[in-house]
Amino acid sequence: MKKYTRIGKAELKIDSLSLATGNHKFTDDFAVKDSLHLALLYSPHAHAEILDIDDSEARKSSGVMGVFHYKNVKPILHTTAGQGFPEPSPYDTVLFDKKVRFVGDKVAMVAAKSLKEAREALKKIRVEYKILDPLFDPEKAMEADAPKLHGPDHHAAIPVTYDPDKNLAAEVEIGFGDLKKGESEADFIVDETYHAHYASHCAIEPHSVKTFFDEMGRLVIISSTQVPFHARRIVSKVCEFPLAKIRVVKPRIGGGFGAKQEVMLEQLAAWVTIKLKQPATLILSREEVFRSSRTRHPVRTRLTMGVKKNGEITFLDMNTLLNSGAYGTHALTVLSNCGAKVLPLLNKIENLHFLGRSVYTNLPVGGAYRGYGATQGYFALNQHLDIISRKLHVDFIDFVKKHHIREGETSQVFKAIGEGTEGVTQTVKSCELDACLDWGARAIGWKDKRGKRITNGDKVRGIGAAVAMQGSGIPLIDMGAASMKINDDGSFNLDVGATDIGTGSDTILAQIAGEVLGVGPDKIIVLSSDTDRTPFDVGAYASSTTYISGGAVKKCAEKIREQIFDVAVTMKGWDRKDLVLAEESVKNRKTGETVSLSDIAVFALYTKDQFQIQASASHTAPESPPPFIAHFVELDVDKRTGKVDLIRVATAVDCGQAINPVLAEGQVEGAVVNGLSYAMAEKYVFTSKGNLINAHFKDYKIFTAADLPEMKTHIVESYEETGPFGAKSVAEIGINVSMPAIANAIYDAVGVRLFQAPFTPDKVYAALKKAGQL
Amino acid sequence: MKAEFTVNGSARTFTFEPDERLLITLRNHGYTEVKNGCLEGVCGACVILLNDKPVNSCQVLTASVTGQTITTVRGIGTLHTPHIIQEAFVEAGAVQCGFCTPGMITAAYALLRENPDPSEAEIKNALDGNLCRCTGYVKIIEAVQRAAQRLRETQGNE
Repeated sequence: MKKYTRIGKAELKIDSLSLATGNHKFTDDFAVKDSLHLALLYSPHAHAEILDIDDSEARKSSGVMGVFHYKNVKPILHTTAGQGFPEPSPYDTVLFDKKVRFVGDKVAMVAAKSLKEAREALKKIRVEYKILDPLFDPEKAMEADAPKLHGPDHHAAIPVTYDPDKNLAAEVEIGFGDLKKGESEADFIVDETYHAHYASHCAIEPHSVKTFFDEMGRLVIISSTQVPFHARRIVSKVCEFPLAKIRVVKPRIGGGFGAKQEVMLEQLAAWVTIKLKQPATLILSREEVFRSSRTRHPVRTRLTMGVKKNGEITFLDMNTLLNSGAYGTHALTVLSNCGAKVLPLLNKIENLHFLGRSVYTNLPVGGAYRGYGATQGYFALNQHLDIISRKLHVDFIDFVKKHHIREGETSQVFKAIGEGTEGVTQTVKSCELDACLDWGARAIGWKDKRGKRITNGDKVRGIGAAVAMQGSGIPLIDMGAASMKINDDGSFNLDVGATDIGTGSDTILAQIAGEVLGVGPDKIIVLSSDTDRTPFDVGAYASSTTYISGGAVKKCAEKIREQIFDVAVTMKGWDRKDLVLAEESVKNRKTGETVSLSDIAVFALYTKDQFQIQASASHTAPESPPPFIAHFVELDVDKRTGKVDLIRVATAVDCGQAINPVLAEGQVEGAVVNGLSYAMAEKYVFTSKGNLINAHFKDYKIFTAADLPEMKTHIVESYEETGPFGAKSVAEIGINVSMPAIANAIYDAVGVRLFQAPFTPDKVYAALKKAGQL
Repeated sequence: MKAEFTVNGSARTFTFEPDERLLITLRNHGYTEVKNGCLEGVCGACVILLNDKPVNSCQVLTASVTGQTITTVRGIGTLHTPHIIQEAFVEAGAVQCGFCTPGMITAAYALLRENPDPSEAEIKNALDGNLCRCTGYVKIIEAVQRAAQRLRETQGNE
């Protein structure tokens, strides 16, 4: 392992005290004088055409300054997916459409002096609907007589399969080898279908935006966004307002998890401010977040694998059907990742086929959600590996070790599936999955407990495992940039486009700069994500910040270091090759003399040949090194009631060199608990008319501290040579593993397999009954 | 409507609608450290102390607190003079996005005043009404344990 001064240290998160004392501001904490408040009218129908809107009474309502809908807002086709340009998601959305496509689709917006008045006026808008047949079953979406959701002008911005006549939002197909040959070589074939379900991100801060004109008449957007630069671009397009006159400011963000990679509200508030020349505030209620923002895409995965008695896998066929809901935001890329983040794990399979389709339905809209397709894909794959290893009478861990990708190896899938285009060829340069498996197996007591079915009254103990990989940014697409300058006292400003949404990226980027420059985080002043003040970054998604933005910060700091050495040479006449950066100073290795960064800064700024020590740098990567994870769950199943009690979980991650181990652990713990909650409690419940009936925290249960099992988390030693100081990503991977590990543990306990979560008592009870165990 | 009550030691007059919730009144008067996560009384981001008891301020009518005493997380400690619990949250890595943190710390403060030496189960139960989606709660529980120990030591030394 390399020795570092700042990297690998549990530096305190730089904004944590200001957050813990309630000092730091989130979007809704900014006082914007005389702001109008916006309220949205939503469709009560799953599928309907709007024949007419009468807003005359609403306009007369107290405090109302404007009412907006399809009659008075220009319909500019776009996608709300906050992705790079051109977006790989289809252009199938306008601000206000003549057609509504799910219960909760927006119909009209009122701007009023108070929220109460805005909501009161909503009730006075008369909408005449022609109700259309709804489409709820994704399996039927492509049938000839299925209702069609999207019109002929809707299109993809890049050359990919998109066919609204078939409700097809995206399609991806790749393959190599010969499935028939694989089938003929197999001693047995396992063919099962798994269903990953809807879920809400549940960031505790709801989506929020405030817009106003500054003193110069430029539009300022304060937004709870993961993608400030994409938001600026999309608002400019949809509102036909010059990009140069838009400034997006990201304050503190109350969690994102992908939900805030969506540019949904900024253009609405911006529209009001541009048209009415008044500030506007739009904060979603929790119900609106559940119903009308974005969700995890439900995915049906049929997995077919042929296996020889010696354990060799002769073929793999993955057929994925993604329910995109009413719009196609992230429909292509989440679909791609169902395969691209999952299939390379088993890189020795010679005959492979992946066919994925994303289809429209009249249900809530999917979007980016931590894990991004890998969660859905690994739910299938890990159960499949459990089934196969049991058939072979081989230990799950040994089976995974035999088949998983290793250092120095590649997978054809890396090249075959990208983000709407081909992917990139890459070789895995760091993989400590075996170490993860070994640590986790010890921590959970795998050898002593697996298959033992220890019984206590009605309760039977079970143990299960799951593994996964993810990526670190989108290769050749994601770009992050940073700029730095020195101050008189040897401190530095670090301006990054990277978007800290609560992850601690400001802190770890300061640590990366600090490692290069020999200073602590107290000497680095971080400003992130202000489109006027910081350089570009794609934003906080695709597990890219540490690897991509961190790479930019490292390059930038190295340029600063060279300038510091230049000044030291001028000041002291030292031989440049003898210079190193030590604690807040430059050291001459030969003589042991030092000169402080403060003296260097003062010399450069005030003394001779004055100049500002400053630099900027950008970073993209030709590859996306995967982090790896192994996760173990121990639980009890009550055979009388079907209730599952989680006892303990153990998780080990290879994220390369953890820049900050405490923050890295926090990412894993947060993702794992979200995954446990998804597996055990969370679900969307619809009426037969597609109306979500549990759009409240009181009806949509998420885990609290009281629901936690015993949690053990471990970051294994690893080093990724292409990453900044050896780092890979860590933010998403932890959410991929709990649902399959729990399913595998339930099987271990009671011998029934559940193909759909959440694993609530009713489901487990029904499965036990079906298996004749009750 | 107008009413006077005390927030973080200062008595002042508040203006509000007759049906307004305390959370909204507090935020409208600058106490933005009290967060609005659901307005349904479930997420706990708006927890304050009302006469020393933790409550979801979104479930309290402002008109009902006339003359009473309210403490927000800034009344517990500030950036320049933080409380031991706030420091413990920082040191344990219990603050990620920080949106749930004010309510979480207020709930923890109420717990530790009642029970200076809580078991892990007692901490989990006391925080059952505070949702966090970032941390997985592990470091929050650790922070409360760390704070409890330090508070006991501090009080022992006095």
